[in-house]
Amino acid sequence: MADTIKLEVSRYSPETDAAPHFQSFEVPFRRDWVVLDALNFIKDKQDGSLTYRWSCRMGICGSCGMLVNGEPKLTCATFLADYAPEPIRVEPLRNFPVVRDLVIAMNDFMRKLQKMKPWLIRKEEKPVSEGEYLQTPEQLEAYKQFSMCINCMLCYAACPVYGLDPLFSGPAAIALAQRYNLDSRDQGAKDRFPVLSQHDAIWGCTFVGECTRVCPKHVDPAGAIQQYKLTAALDWVKSVVMPWGGK
Amino acid sequence: MDVTTHDVLLVGGGGAGLRAAIAVSELNPNLKIAVVSKVYPMRSHTVSAEGGAAGVIKSDDSLDEHAYDTISGGDWLCDQDAVEAFVKESPQELLQLEHWGCPWSRQDDGHIAVRPFGGMKKMRTWFAADKTGFHMLHTLFQTTMKYNAIFRYDEWFVTKLLVDDGRVQGVVAIELMSGKIQAITAKSVILCAGGCGRVFPFTTNASIKTGDGMGLAYRAGAPLKDMEFIQYHPTGLPFTGILITEAARAEGGYLVNKDGYRYLQDYNLGTPTAKPVLRSMELGPRDRLSQAFVKEQEKGRTIDGPYGPVVHLDLRHLGEKLIISKLPFVRELCTKYQNVDPVHEMIPVRPVIHYMMGGVSTDINGATPLPGLFAAGEVACVSINGANRLGSNSLPELLVFGARAGKAAAEFASSAKPISNSILAQAFDEQRRIENQFLRNTTGRERISTLREEMQTTMETSAGIYRTESSLAAGAKTLRQLQERSDNLSLDDHSLTFNTDLVAALELSFMLDVAESMVQSALQRTESRGAHQRTDFPKRNDEKFLAHSLVFRAADGRPRVEYLPVRITRWPPGERVYGQPAQKAGAS
Amino acid sequence: MKSAAATPPYTLNHPRWYRKRVSTYWWLQRWEYLRFVLREISSVFVAWFVVLTLLQLYVVSRGPDAYGEFQNFLKNPFIIAFNVISFLFVVFHSITWFNLSARAMAIRVGGKRVPGFLISGPNFAAWLVISAVIAWLLLRG
Repeated sequence: MADTIKLEVSRYSPETDAAPHFQSFEVPFRRDWVVLDALNFIKDKQDGSLTYRWSCRMGICGSCGMLVNGEPKLTCATFLADYAPEPIRVEPLRNFPVVRDLVIAMNDFMRKLQKMKPWLIRKEEKPVSEGEYLQTPEQLEAYKQFSMCINCMLCYAACPVYGLDPLFSGPAAIALAQRYNLDSRDQGAKDRFPVLSQHDAIWGCTFVGECTRVCPKHVDPAGAIQQYKLTAALDWVKSVVMPWGGK
Repeated sequence: MDVTTHDVLLVGGGGAGLRAAIAVSELNPNLKIAVVSKVYPMRSHTVSAEGGAAGVIKSDDSLDEHAYDTISGGDWLCDQDAVEAFVKESPQELLQLEHWGCPWSRQDDGHIAVRPFGGMKKMRTWFAADKTGFHMLHTLFQTTMKYNAIFRYDEWFVTKLLVDDGRVQGVVAIELMSGKIQAITAKSVILCAGGCGRVFPFTTNASIKTGDGMGLAYRAGAPLKDMEFIQYHPTGLPFTGILITEAARAEGGYLVNKDGYRYLQDYNLGTPTAKPVLRSMELGPRDRLSQAFVKEQEKGRTIDGPYGPVVHLDLRHLGEKLIISKLPFVRELCTKYQNVDPVHEMIPVRPVIHYMMGGVSTDINGATPLPGLFAAGEVACVSINGANRLGSNSLPELLVFGARAGKAAAEFASSAKPISNSILAQAFDEQRRIENQFLRNTTGRERISTLREEMQTTMETSAGIYRTESSLAAGAKTLRQLQERSDNLSLDDHSLTFNTDLVAALELSFMLDVAESMVQSALQRTESRGAHQRTDFPKRNDEKFLAHSLVFRAADGRPRVEYLPVRITRWPPGERVYGQPAQKAGAS
Repeated sequence: MKSAAATPPYTLNHPRWYRKRVSTYWWLQRWEYLRFVLREISSVFVAWFVVLTLLQLYVVSRGPDAYGEFQNFLKNPFIIAFNVISFLFVVFHSITWFNLSARAMAIRVGGKRVPGFLISGPNFAAWLVISAVIAWLLLRG
């Protein structure tokens, strides 16, 4: 195995460039280095203007999502050894505006998360002095998977619907809404329904399934969306057949 | 220059910051709150905490016992009135978080489950699988979205506190996206910017832990307290420094040396048993475990790995089922980053820097001596952690003191005078300083990464687990030189759009300030206590040093140390005893 | 590189983000997207078989002459080729459908989630059995 490996990194500085272009760097090849280590090496030793986000480097903060050879990945969890000796192409996440080099604008994503009312909604709050809301391990299992999302946005980079229709709420936002809908302590499913049952939310999803494939935390947002489609459809049938309401 | 104004401003959007923001809004919904964070809040380092949060809820447990464990764990350097308030409010805060939706792990009957943890005599650590910090942070962040009064400045880097008329009146911050530098004024400011693990080379801490909050307070004239007390977590992965949670030991993991021997029994930590015994062996306090590692290394009984000496954490006897249900993240981290499956192999681990017990000096309500400035979380030092923090005390600390600081800051802001007009001049000065020293400077010679690495190496050799007068004095001298060299930095990036080179330079200057204050405090504390171990002064000296060190920034930029006595209420200083043979586990 | 010594162009949070245009041929750029589009197109071929079946029923009702003409039409090599392609697409459609529907349902038995293959498996089995029965009925006569 050679001692170095080539990285082709997308560069874009709005003050000087009209569009992104690639720049090649040669970095040392180490077995336990991830792509993020290579980027840090470039920034520290070769070109301090290389700009990217990172923080925890253990796959839990969600900062370092980028395209590695066209595939959305967390660069802190993507090993150089899996690509060597071929050069590695690093680009900013697809479907987002590029601010600088590998940094994309997240404003739209943050807005969509908030739109889903991602907090516990209750008709009546129990005072803290009365203790916890009881929740069995089975009830916790019902939504636990959807609570694992680290907001890394790899699913948005993978979703062609989001690429074609920027109004689409996207996998992570809907999965987060579903996390609260399925939480046994939550009573806000009715409040989220008008936001979710829209063309720019669940009905825009055509179950491509790429979001689930790229998710580093196995949240399965595609599953969350389809499951909610069933729920929403059944709720609609119930409201037609039993317009007087009823459980 | 643009100026925006708020009532309460938080620097940092992690667990403490978000909890404080909610507390302000709950107390007074009319107050306008700004959360200014250099990263989006869900990236804050709270997210990586794994093990759990301690709060007394079981009937066989008591607040006094939690307090005693904390105080003895802190080697009697904790302010006991603060500890008493902390242990009382911790379960309430954790329950409040549960009401906000935090997915705590449960017993079969639906009640909150607790697990044993290092240094705690009873089981009182609440947990959410092994991603407690992640779930806490996301619950808090999603809950803050409910409050319209909370306005977020995401990816704004605070460079300076604005102080006028003897009180803090806001900050100067850079909007990273556009490079715009502006003043954000506020009647009170709460620092929640976290610790400073990145002054050391091997750390569990994320890249963002660069002591910004401590540096800001230090430069504004507020003292930093107990800076010499830095915690090494005994089990971090070599090379990456990634944390392997204490919960792995709480579930029953063993630490063994190269002979497969559970070496902790040689260091007054009890006798080895098959199942974990609270406050004994692998469940001893973190400082003692880290010190045991160094001693084993001196005896030549550690294993030589490609990145230095390690010992082994053995989880194999726990079985696959338990590891998958209670420690799934540990397994994922080990297989991915160490190529080791803990179900079948032992994990190589070594002590890595994890937490700062010290920080911005605050009182029991989060107020610093500087009016208008408050602090909460790892950036602050109340102190409840004393000379050594117990695992699972820092997450509830965020909540308890975040809430307290929020309330105190809200009250201060409600009755504060309007912002002075002269603040703007200071902001302009700061803008010019940043432009001249960094953005427009083309004559610099020093690379940021070179100085940073030298600082880290210096800290590891001079202020590591064991320190001496000579190592600390040499460290102080090198750091002074690095400070001078850092005036001559050369940036590769002069652009305005998301300039992370500029951020790195600003962070380096904060880190150097914090590092100097740590080394100076360590130099002047001529005793050994908790995480601060001097081989030239190996004993604890309660007559002289039952006090907190307060370090101020002198006019020439150097650190100046004073002392403040520890507040003792009900627990006079005693011996820290772990692993008593007569002690049986409360529930194994 | 432009020097920052010139007046910094401070923008009020509208810096020049670069938005890449999504190409009309986005679905050719990755194998996963192409497979998705083929999956969606397969519904056209499902519709074709439905139309074919309806035509057959109509033609049967018109009597043996009309039916004979229809059979000649079906023997046309282009139609045979088209039907073979359609058949492959319909098989692809069914396989993907059964796999996807398993993921769209979260069925829990005794607190644990029923694994996907236990939902799609019986579907596949039923499909094969019913197809075998119909094939036997049609081919034995």
